[in-house]
Amino acid sequence: MTSTTITGHEPLGRKLVTVLGTRAGRTFVWLLAILWTVPTFGLLITSIRPEHEIKTSGWWTWFKHPQSTFDNYFSVLGKRSGIELGKYFLNSVRIAVPATLFSVLIAALASYAFSWMTFKGRDWLYVGVIALLVVPLQMGIIPLLRLFNVGVHLGSVTLIPAVHVPALVQVWIAHACFGMPFCLFILKNFVSSLPSELIEAAKVDGAGHMTIFRRVVLPLSLASIASLGIFQFLFIWNDFFVGKIFAGGGGKAPITAKLVEVSGNRGQAWHLLTAAAFISAAVPLAVFFSLQRYFVKGLLAGSVKG
Amino acid sequence: MGDVFGAIATIVLGLGVFVGGLLLIYAGTTVVPKRFRERSQIAVFLGPALILIVIGLVVPALRTIWLSLLSDRDGSPFGGLTNYKFMFTDHNERIAILNSMLWVLLGGTVSTALGLTIARFADGAKGEAVAKSLVFIPGALSLAGAGIIWKFVYDGPPFNYGLLNAVTKAIPGWPKGFGGDGQRIWLLEHPAQMNTFLLIVILIWVQTGFATVVLSAAIKGVPESLEEAATVDGATKRQVFYRITLPYIRPALLTVMTTGTIASLKAFDIVQATTGGNFNTSTIANEMYSKFFLEGRDGLASALAVMLFILVIPVVVLNQRGQKRAQQMVGA
Repeated sequence: MTSTTITGHEPLGRKLVTVLGTRAGRTFVWLLAILWTVPTFGLLITSIRPEHEIKTSGWWTWFKHPQSTFDNYFSVLGKRSGIELGKYFLNSVRIAVPATLFSVLIAALASYAFSWMTFKGRDWLYVGVIALLVVPLQMGIIPLLRLFNVGVHLGSVTLIPAVHVPALVQVWIAHACFGMPFCLFILKNFVSSLPSELIEAAKVDGAGHMTIFRRVVLPLSLASIASLGIFQFLFIWNDFFVGKIFAGGGGKAPITAKLVEVSGNRGQAWHLLTAAAFISAAVPLAVFFSLQRYFVKGLLAGSVKG
Repeated sequence: MGDVFGAIATIVLGLGVFVGGLLLIYAGTTVVPKRFRERSQIAVFLGPALILIVIGLVVPALRTIWLSLLSDRDGSPFGGLTNYKFMFTDHNERIAILNSMLWVLLGGTVSTALGLTIARFADGAKGEAVAKSLVFIPGALSLAGAGIIWKFVYDGPPFNYGLLNAVTKAIPGWPKGFGGDGQRIWLLEHPAQMNTFLLIVILIWVQTGFATVVLSAAIKGVPESLEEAATVDGATKRQVFYRITLPYIRPALLTVMTTGTIASLKAFDIVQATTGGNFNTSTIANEMYSKFFLEGRDGLASALAVMLFILVIPVVVLNQRGQKRAQQMVGA
């Protein structure tokens, strides 16, 4: 650092550059924030316009002729349209909440092992797991489905018999499988950056791994675990593929699968589609806004020692 | 209402059984001979995650490699490398590979750069939380939702509810489209991969929120004492940012870049929700999806998946190396 101005008074020119730079930066931030919101805002406006209006003019004309209606929302929630979105909404809750809890808990345990237990090949194993981030879940779905339905056979020899578990549990397991590399990727960075003095001190005091995990690691990682939980929840809530394949039948599908189905069957029913899209977005948005402070506290604060 | 209580009961029971079982097994490991104790405890901590990874990812990955060597025509082993050869010589596949390169080059970098800019300038500004939340919203939406949202941006004649056309029409001197009135069907325009760029915009739109949130948290994690010391030494805000903050948040930057790059490599849902891969917009991941689920060409689809996997390895290794180096630097 050059120390030409130890006096603390910045030269006027430099101060001006800083102020202008900051001001330009902040203007840019707000421009982007607004630009980022416009498409979603368009969806919101569209969802409260009457069907005929949506099909004949752009949503921005709504400001000139503000005709609003909640009919679209009543239609998708009611029984008459045959969509009954409320039911699928509850399905999504039943899928997303436990699947998130399982994934995060299991990932926390493994992160501890990858960070604070020593065994041969640990780092390589971790790199291998993270590399699996890219295995497209479309590829994993069919073998997993076969495991549940027919088991594993080599020729006529049954290696693993079919595992008959309820569809709901299958979805939980599937999501925990596919989300595991991401959970580990996020959480291990944090857990391994905890001060080693703390862990060592606990060991010296005679604490076993489970005690250290429960009394030291879990409490210290709570903010990080919470933010990972939020992300994992968003992923699972927004997924439609896994939910559709494992729980598609019998009206157990998540809300997103219903949304895709409606948009496939009624591609021109924009008044219904936009309202349905907003209802399905309500939970992720509510979750994000209510738990936002956890982000600020530190998602990945672990990758930076603070 | 009974439904809701039933659901809660299932959740509590499931979790209870899992945690209880785990603690019980762990209790078992504390009484085994000392020689095996550490090992068995490692198994308890790592086991559940590894089992899930093996059945959900490793086995399917191996199966995919096997399938990629089979011939699509008659399923006979071995098609040898014919699937791979096809992938690099077929015109459509080559376009998909080229497009994927564009996605990877732009997706991770632009969303990281935008996220960093927002995190930097919003930090401590009035309305910081509001601005960051607005940017994050797209990341909280489902892709089914995003597809519907962008329909109202890119849509073209004969309908006129596309926002982009409304904007370009208002710009004087904007080149006229074939409709003669300045309107275009944007996603059909593929000179210079125009429509692919438009699809990448959607990914950046979704991904920037994640980058912002993570980088903002990282910036707040930089010890104030460091920044203050630099300021006392006469460093400008800009110097503090480039010489203190940026090196300090390197691990978070790497994480964001890696996540963005992998998301770009995997990009198929955006493509499926918009063009379905038509009009020269396909990507490797989209080819894989459509070859497997729509055309039943398992072998070719598997070869494409293997290629994706190979492409991501350097990204992950670079990330690991960078994380290690950064930790040593900061830890020192």
